[in-house]
Amino acid sequence: MNWIYEPWPWYISGPMIVFIMFLLIMVDKNFGMSSNLRTLCTICGAGKKNDFFNFDWKSKKWNLVVVLGAIIGGFIAANFMTDDDAVKISTETIADLQTLGFESAGKNYLPTEIFSNNVFTDIKGFAILAIAGLLVGFGTRYAGGCTSGHAISGLSNLQLPSLIAVIGFFIGGLTMIYFLFPLIF
Amino acid sequence: MRTLIYLFIGILFGITMFKSEAASWFRIYEMFKFQSFHMYGIIGSAVFLGIIMIQLIKKYNINSFYGQKINFPPKDKLYKSNLIGGIIFGLGWALSGACPGPMFTLLGAGFFPIMVVILFSILGTYLYGYFKDKLPH
Repeated sequence: MNWIYEPWPWYISGPMIVFIMFLLIMVDKNFGMSSNLRTLCTICGAGKKNDFFNFDWKSKKWNLVVVLGAIIGGFIAANFMTDDDAVKISTETIADLQTLGFESAGKNYLPTEIFSNNVFTDIKGFAILAIAGLLVGFGTRYAGGCTSGHAISGLSNLQLPSLIAVIGFFIGGLTMIYFLFPLIF
Repeated sequence: MRTLIYLFIGILFGITMFKSEAASWFRIYEMFKFQSFHMYGIIGSAVFLGIIMIQLIKKYNINSFYGQKINFPPKDKLYKSNLIGGIIFGLGWALSGACPGPMFTLLGAGFFPIMVVILFSILGTYLYGYFKDKLPH
């Protein structure tokens, strides 16, 4: 039963994602996570002030249930299907990260330098996660989707807007890592 | 019953995101550094199989489990916003290492600082809605 604790290789993970997309399509839904952020805005009352959020959120309740499942799935995977959650990234990546000051590279699931419980008291750590969240939430809605809606669902349906969005994801990601990381960390 | 099905699909998704390590900040960094095939293998194989699946559904007019015709609504052709929004998203994706699905998986896995990312991504979406009419599309 040791295999259950092992991380999944790409050739299991990729097909599993397609299987999940298949299940959603077969129950008359679609695979796209970022629209939930909009639904959550509406639930918080944003529709009263802004037409963009003025829609019947109950029609999107199914996707919030998927999100609830994603939380439970994370709990199950972390607690019952993993004994060592260190991510075996390449040795080059570990070396690069250590140069930047990430001692946790290769030893943890997330970098403790960013995701420590100190973020609730440390201004810089909090600001990094807050700005990252703002960029993700703003950008994904502006682009019309995220990794699931554009990179997986959209590209699978050969959508040009999705290809352009994915090119944008990479322009942004590469800019962050090559030009901004040395300034931030 | 349908709610239970959505919950089951979500649990499967959460387990997949965690076990594939697509929810790991380190894997996203490694991907943008082109130092491993892992993330490209995941996204590439998913898109490859996804294209075949959608083509088969279209070709054989396969109905859903509930007997409905399956539609694949085209994405809005807003190339400027796809690109600009995509770049903004990419900046945040690389910094937080989390996109709008895995961030919830990480919460379930017990990484509570991700709450900051989740709350501010909801705020970011709100700001987009607020400034929508002033932005180029």
